[in-house]
Amino acid sequence: MSNTAALSDTFQKRIDAEEKIEPRDWMPDAYRKTLVRQISQHAHSEIVGQLPEGNWITRAPTLRRKAILLAKVQDEGGHGLYLYSAAETLGVSREELIDQLHSGKAKYSSIFNYPTLTWADIGAIGWLVDAAAILNQIPLCRCSYGPYARAMVRICKEESFHMRQGYELLMTLCRGSDEQKAMAQDAVNRWWWPALMMFGPSDADSTHSAQSMQWKIKRFSNDDLRQKFVDQSVPQAEYLGITLPDPDLKWNEESGHYDFGEIDWEEFFQVIAGNGPCNHERMSARIKAHEDGAWVREAALAYADKQRQRAEKAAA
Amino acid sequence: MSSDLFQYVIRLGDNALINGQRLAEWCGHGPFLEEDLAMTNTALDLIGRARMLLTYAGELEGEGRSEDDLAYFRNEREFRNFHIMELPVGDFAFTTARQFLVDAYDYHYYRALRDSADATLAAIAAKTLKECEYHLRHSSEWMVRLGDGTEESHEKITRAVTGLMPFTPELFAADEVDRAMQEQGIGVDLDSIETSWNQEVDRVFSEAMLERPQISFTRGGGRQGLHSEHMGYLLAEMQSLQRAHPGLNW
Amino acid sequence: MPDKRLPLWEVFIRNKRGLDHKHAGSIHAADGEQALQYARDTYTRRNEGSSIWVVKSADIVASQPEDEDSFFEPAEDKIYRHPTFYDVPEDLKL
Repeated sequence: MSNTAALSDTFQKRIDAEEKIEPRDWMPDAYRKTLVRQISQHAHSEIVGQLPEGNWITRAPTLRRKAILLAKVQDEGGHGLYLYSAAETLGVSREELIDQLHSGKAKYSSIFNYPTLTWADIGAIGWLVDAAAILNQIPLCRCSYGPYARAMVRICKEESFHMRQGYELLMTLCRGSDEQKAMAQDAVNRWWWPALMMFGPSDADSTHSAQSMQWKIKRFSNDDLRQKFVDQSVPQAEYLGITLPDPDLKWNEESGHYDFGEIDWEEFFQVIAGNGPCNHERMSARIKAHEDGAWVREAALAYADKQRQRAEKAAA
Repeated sequence: MSSDLFQYVIRLGDNALINGQRLAEWCGHGPFLEEDLAMTNTALDLIGRARMLLTYAGELEGEGRSEDDLAYFRNEREFRNFHIMELPVGDFAFTTARQFLVDAYDYHYYRALRDSADATLAAIAAKTLKECEYHLRHSSEWMVRLGDGTEESHEKITRAVTGLMPFTPELFAADEVDRAMQEQGIGVDLDSIETSWNQEVDRVFSEAMLERPQISFTRGGGRQGLHSEHMGYLLAEMQSLQRAHPGLNW
Repeated sequence: MPDKRLPLWEVFIRNKRGLDHKHAGSIHAADGEQALQYARDTYTRRNEGSSIWVVKSADIVASQPEDEDSFFEPAEDKIYRHPTFYDVPEDLKL
C-alpha cells in the first residue's frame, strides 16, 4: 500500500469506528474541502440569517419581544462565530471565508433571501425555519469532525429556545384578533415552502450526499429529514389553527407519514442562483457592514501593535 | 403617588429605552462578529433596565399602565430622555463616543443611586451598576483604541466627540424634579456626578490622545419633552405595530 | 501593519468554582483585554462562567497526531498504576 492509501485506510477505519477526526490529523483533501464548504456555508447562513429577523428588532411590539428577538439574533451571530472558528481549524481564515461569501463564491441557506414582511414572519421563522435547522443540525452533533461536532453541540443547546419562542409568538397571534390570525396565516403561507426547501434537493439530485454519508459528515438523507419535518409540523399547525399551504398534504395510513405536494424546484434553484427576492439586499448589507468595519479593525490592530512596542521598549 | 418620583423614574427609563433602541440597530451590522455580539449584550442590558424602570414608573403612577403602555403609547412630547440618546447611530466612532459619554454618566449616576431612600430604585441601581461598570470598561477601551489607533480612527473619533459634546451639559442640568428628589434623599446630586464624570472623561480622553473640545453651543430640552427632529422617526418606527393594532396581545 | 487580521484566541471557561477551566472555543481580538471581553460576550451569555482564560492560539504548543503512539502507548501497559490492579480482601476497607 502506498503511504496515502495507508493513511486513507486508517482515516476511514477511524470514522467507521465512530472516532472523531481532529484538526491536526491526516485527512483526505476532499474531506477537508467538503468540511470547509459545509461549515462555512453553515456559518454564512447564520450571519446572513441575522438580517431578516434583525429587520424587526426596532419594531418589536413589546419590550419583552424586543429583548427576546435581540437575544435570538445575537445567538445567530454567536453560532456563526462558533462555526467560523470550527472552519478555521481546517486552515482557512475567517477573512478568506468572508471574502468567499461576499464574492458570491460561497453559498448560504437560500431561506434567508426571503423578506420578513410582517411581525408574524418572526414567529414563522422561529417555528418553521428554526425547526428545519434543528432537524438538520442535531445529527451534526455526531459529525466525524471534532471541532464541527463540538460547535454543533453548543449551537443545538442554544437553539432550543429559538423554535419555542417562534411557536409561542404564533400562538399569541392565533389566539388574538382576526387581523393577527390573518397575519400568522399569511406568514406561514409564505414560509412553508421555502422551509421545505431548506433540506436541499431531493436525494436523487443531491450531488454531495453519498460521500458525506460515508465520511459521517451527514447521517440522514435530505428527503428523510424533510419527511420528518412535515410529519412533526402538521399537528403543530393544527394546534395553532393554521392551514399549511399545500392541497396535497394528507396522512398516508400505509406509509405512516404525511404525503405532501411537489416542491417548486425551479424557484429553489433561482434563489440559489442569486435571483431570490432579497439576495441582493442581504449581500449588500453584509458587505457594507464588513467594509464599514475595516477601519475599526485596523485601528484595534494598530493600537495593539503600539501597546506591544511600548511594552517591549519599557522592558528593554 | 409622588408625581416627582414618577417623573424621576420615567426619565431614567426613557434614557435606557431610547439608548437601547438605538444601540440595537447595530445588531447584525457590527464591524466584526465579536463586537456585534458585544454591542448587542449592552443593548439587551439597556432594554432590560428600561423594562424595570418603566414598570416601576407605571406602578408609581397607579393608573395601570404597563411598561409597554408607557413605551408604545406615549407621544413624543411625553418622552423625557436626553437628546444624546436619540441621535442616529452614525458610524462606529459616533456610537462608541456616545456610549462612552453615557456609560461614564450612568456609572457614576447609578453608583450614587444605590443609596437612594427609595428601596426599589436602590435595588435597581445596585443591579444596573454592575452592567454599567462593564459597559464603561468596554467603551473606554474603544475610545483609547480609536483615539490612539490609526490616523483615520483618530480623526473619526475626534469628529464624533466634537459632535456629541454639546449634548452633554443637558445630563447635568438639574430642574425642580431633580432637586426635590435629591432633597428627599431619593435622587442623586448631579453636581457631584458632573465632577466625577469630568474626571472620567478627562482621564480617558488623555489616554486616547484626544483634545477635549470647547463647546460653543448646547442642545437639550428632553426633560420638557422637547426633542430633536430624530425622535419622531425613532418613535414612529418603534411604536408602529402597536399603534396600527392597539389593544392586542403580542 | 503587515497582517490586517485580528489574531485568533482560544477561550477557556470555568463554569463554577471548584471546576477546571475547559476549552469553550475561540474568538478573534486585537489584544488580550479585548479577547477577554469578547470571550465573556460570546461564551458566557447563559450564565456559564465564573472565570475566563484566553490564550493566543499561536502560542499553544501542541503534540502532533504522529506522536500519539510514542507519547501515549507506553502508558497502556503500566496497569500497576491503577488501583484495580491489586487484589486485596474485599471486606477490608482500604
